[in-house]
Amino acid sequence: MASDKAKKGGVSDKARNWMWLALSLAAAIIVWTILSVLPSTSRSFPNIIVVFQQIPVMIERGVLFKDIQSSLISVGLGYLLGFVIALPVAILMAWYNPFRRIVEPWIQFIRNIPPLAYVPLIVIAAGVGRKPQVIVITIATFLIMCITIYQGIINIDETLIKAARVLGAKDKDIFIRVLAPASLPFILTAVRLGASVALTTLIAAESTGAFAGLGMRIRSLNNNFETAPMLLYIIIIGIIGITVEKIIKLLERKLTGWQEKREI
Amino acid sequence: MAGEERDIKVVIEDVRKTYQGRTGEVVALNGVNLNIADNEFVTVVGPSGCGKSTLLNIIAGLLEPTSGRVLCNGQEVHGTGKDRGVVFQQYALFPWLTVKKNVLFPLDMRGIKGFAAEEIAMKYIKMVDLEKFADHYPKELSGGMKQRVAIARAYAANPEILLMDEPFGALDAQTRTQLQQELLDTWEKERKTCFFITHDVDEALILGQRVVIMSARPGRIKEIVDVDIPYPRNQETKMDPHFLELKNHIWSQVYQEYLEVRK
Repeated sequence: MASDKAKKGGVSDKARNWMWLALSLAAAIIVWTILSVLPSTSRSFPNIIVVFQQIPVMIERGVLFKDIQSSLISVGLGYLLGFVIALPVAILMAWYNPFRRIVEPWIQFIRNIPPLAYVPLIVIAAGVGRKPQVIVITIATFLIMCITIYQGIINIDETLIKAARVLGAKDKDIFIRVLAPASLPFILTAVRLGASVALTTLIAAESTGAFAGLGMRIRSLNNNFETAPMLLYIIIIGIIGITVEKIIKLLERKLTGWQEKREI
Repeated sequence: MAGEERDIKVVIEDVRKTYQGRTGEVVALNGVNLNIADNEFVTVVGPSGCGKSTLLNIIAGLLEPTSGRVLCNGQEVHGTGKDRGVVFQQYALFPWLTVKKNVLFPLDMRGIKGFAAEEIAMKYIKMVDLEKFADHYPKELSGGMKQRVAIARAYAANPEILLMDEPFGALDAQTRTQLQQELLDTWEKERKTCFFITHDVDEALILGQRVVIMSARPGRIKEIVDVDIPYPRNQETKMDPHFLELKNHIWSQVYQEYLEVRK
């Protein structure tokens, strides 16, 4: 079915995809260039050459790599902690109804509050430095991943569990052989959504009096209206985001390629 | 059953099942009594909502009756058991396992592993004519092929009785006819006790030695029709005057129940 199509036009399909991507990039650069020329937007959008000239400048200032490293550590730690907490909480919510009844409203409530709003409270409690950054990202990623995994587990097709049971599976077999693989796609979706939330929470996380970081640097560059390095940093965040997403999508294809439907 | 004396495999004794619905208690089944003989092929027809799936789930041990009981080989049924296999309408294949690994699943649950298991699995995959697809995932198969895998998997579990819940209900007419024929051929060879639910009168008649007609809400057994048409049966059997006579009778009985449901 799908493999026939790939055989017929596999190479040209791939080439066409790359062509469109290149076209999209070119169009973006044109729009950017137009913005850099228009008087009303030129101050916010220095042209592409000026922005990329900032790479050596920021390296020379000794901040570029330090910022990237610092942000990656905060995001990585917070995200990992968020996942490690979200997985058991989601399983507990799916398994034990009273627990869900109590915890789910909290999660739904906090989820709609922008993290920037509760940052001051975290700083007051945890002080400045790495700790509050990790906490903010942990909270934000935990919320989205917990809800996503929980929704996935409760939507597992019940006939699969029934089928396993009539085929002789005991509770332990059902957990390992049915529930675990059936929830893997949702876990991976959660991992992908969590990564995206981790990055979008970066600015809030690093407004906790961070000493370095991509988000912190953007705010500090803003004090001097240094728009060219700001734009550079914004683009770097975008590149990190899309790279992480691509890696997770590859993982999804490798691990859950058996799925009937591809989800968003 | 044409005067033949056979061992009783399953006894359904005064089974009643009620649910708590939004508007109060719903009686899904009431006073259901039925004996299924060893090696017998029993089919059940009835309008949707007559509780025929509920009855199957109770025999399978996936549901407990509110009152009454089910005996299988003289043992009261509580929970699922290795003596009973189920084929579901929605196939219920594990999408993360290949065809072969799906069929291996019940063997693994019975502690049969390695080459012995492989051999049994391939035997049943061959039986349903899918050896070319042994390493494919369910998503790569058509509906008919998926249901064949589910049947192979149920056979690999080697149950004494096969419970089938509208297994061909989601398939197109041609595939359905083909799978009916395959099931008939397999049953004639293996003579495994079958309890088969359908809403298709033709299907119930071509397959079953007895057709159980169920009435709507609350589900009760309305009539049991002996199908005294000899095997081997095939699609031409459907033209047989006696077949048509029985079909007319069953259809009029089922139709009355449809009208009841619509009231």
